[in-house]
Amino acid sequence: MSVLSLRGITKSYGGNAILKGVSLEAEAGEFIALVGPSGCGKSTLLRIVAGLDHGDSGEIVIGGRSVARMVAADRNVAMVFQSYALYPHLTAGQNIAVPLAMRRLTATQRLPVIGNLLPGQKQIRSDIQRQVKEMALALKIDHLLDRKPGQMSGGQRQRVALARAMVRRPAVFLMDEPLSNLDANLRVHARGEIVDLHRRAGVPTLYVTHDQSEALSMADRVAVMIGGNLLQLASPKEIYDNPSHIEVARFLGQPKVNVLETRSDAAGIVRFGDLALLAKRGQAPDAPVKLAIRPEFVRFRAAAAGRLSARVERMEFLGSEVIVHARLDAIGEVMTSKATPSEAASLTLGQPVDVEIMPERTVLFDKEGARVEAEPIAIAASLEKVHG
Amino acid sequence: MISNTLSVTRIARLTLLSLGALIFLAPYIFMISTAGKAQSEIFSSSLSLIPEQWSYIENFSKALSRVSMTTLLFNGVVVCALIFVIQIVVAIPCAYAMAKLKFRAARTMMVLVMLGLLVPIHATALPIYMAFDRLSVLNSYAALVAPFSISVFAIFLFLQFFRAMPDDLIHAARLDGMSEAGIVARVIVPNAWPAITAFAIFSVVAHWNDLFWPLIVVTNQDYATPPLGLLYFRAAEAGDDYGALMAATLIITLPLVTAFLLAQKRFVEGITMTGLKG
Repeated sequence: MSVLSLRGITKSYGGNAILKGVSLEAEAGEFIALVGPSGCGKSTLLRIVAGLDHGDSGEIVIGGRSVARMVAADRNVAMVFQSYALYPHLTAGQNIAVPLAMRRLTATQRLPVIGNLLPGQKQIRSDIQRQVKEMALALKIDHLLDRKPGQMSGGQRQRVALARAMVRRPAVFLMDEPLSNLDANLRVHARGEIVDLHRRAGVPTLYVTHDQSEALSMADRVAVMIGGNLLQLASPKEIYDNPSHIEVARFLGQPKVNVLETRSDAAGIVRFGDLALLAKRGQAPDAPVKLAIRPEFVRFRAAAAGRLSARVERMEFLGSEVIVHARLDAIGEVMTSKATPSEAASLTLGQPVDVEIMPERTVLFDKEGARVEAEPIAIAASLEKVHG
Repeated sequence: MISNTLSVTRIARLTLLSLGALIFLAPYIFMISTAGKAQSEIFSSSLSLIPEQWSYIENFSKALSRVSMTTLLFNGVVVCALIFVIQIVVAIPCAYAMAKLKFRAARTMMVLVMLGLLVPIHATALPIYMAFDRLSVLNSYAALVAPFSISVFAIFLFLQFFRAMPDDLIHAARLDGMSEAGIVARVIVPNAWPAITAFAIFSVVAHWNDLFWPLIVVTNQDYATPPLGLLYFRAAEAGDDYGALMAATLIITLPLVTAFLLAQKRFVEGITMTGLKG
């Protein structure tokens, strides 16, 4: 059963469509990363789910209740902000206690002085204190409870913000780039911690990030948003290997995927060097198409007069791997290959090379960018099909 | 390391600053001096700062006995406190709404605030006076306080300050379950002390020293504020007794001066902080 479902959410600001009908279903305990370039609408979507902003149309269902008309506080969602948004005048402990106090104590019980005299509030307050303490112990921030946010480091503030969001066991957990203000080392460490916390709490999480490695490494499923559309929602492996849209392929992967523009013939066969792909069910016959191949599936070999030749233009040494850029002689496009240092050792700048592309790892898109299912066929067969 | 020795430039700088300070303080110093002089000495042709004959006790007792100085000071405190509290209570929610909430009239309100900043009290004094007269509220605290209860300057100052507050803080408060009033009371106000302090200085100084409006709406001495009291004192009681007049002046300026000296550091902090944030 889905615990969070978004159906056809749209939003525009002054005639500018930010979200163009986004739908998404999250299962219980799932960690979904919303990833996309800046300005793709992912933060806006998160704010609409939280109730901090309102969509123009669409439906939001959390735990079986439609919440589109509810205010933020009634939706039972918690959010961690990029800036952490801790109350600067309260200590860490008081910050974590706020969401509990707001929910358990009545307005009169919260009043200073008078509130302290009312019956029952003492019990609730000590309960809250105990929970704050437990949460702090779980996040290893119990020694910070008396400090104010101004006296804490970025990593400590981030933990306090996490504690404040988790302490009241929300139905859905929203995170808006919570790691982007941390330095690189801490970020990788915090990734693991958030995933651990998520496993333990089991609260479905929507995690917004622009960092693809964060999305791929942390999430159960990754949702790629580009230009206000949710283009694909799938497991990290699926979304990386099997992108449904060329923009998804382009956005994910470092270095960027190679995209080659070419044409299919009347039979729906696309040929490129040694490569031949047959589009399924006669899709895209005699039409412009785009081939996408990830750099790790491209190999440059010292020239032996293959069908596809290129010249090495640039090599980037990254330690465990070498990124090689070579310009294709035939069409003047640059292709990128991810090679091991030993493979790259035989290559020098300006050297003519043969380009080898793994056919089964090549994906085909039509000119609008939509995926075209295709399967590799032997080059001989492809010739036969045309001539025979 | 900054050397503490008195270099030539340092001496020159200090001399210049002292001279400037002296020019600005001269009237006040002269006032202190006059408050200690006897009537005959004030009108003598020689100009000396130190009184030949110390008449402080005499002048102060005259000042304290001839008008009810406690009433004046009490009125001053009541009027300033009422004005300040009402201004804060009105301006903070208003500025919060204009800075952080989206509503259709926001632009119009902004224009109105700007217009309000442009119109001085002197322009609206007559209509307000007429209205108060019809309502028979002249000679009351209400007449002294009401025209200043909404301060567009306060709205403008807080607006600038609140705009600099991060939106996420307010979003977090909403998710934590706070109402809009709760956000103002629990998040905005505790973080707005620098702006509130800065505004307090402007408001209290302006209304403690205000002569114009009390002069218009108050004729009954029971409601006279300190500056108005001085005026009565001069006209009715003291005549040409400048020694007593200066003593009275000294008494009414004393609260503000001591308040400033005591909280000097905080005041300066408050003003510079709003300056930076605005």
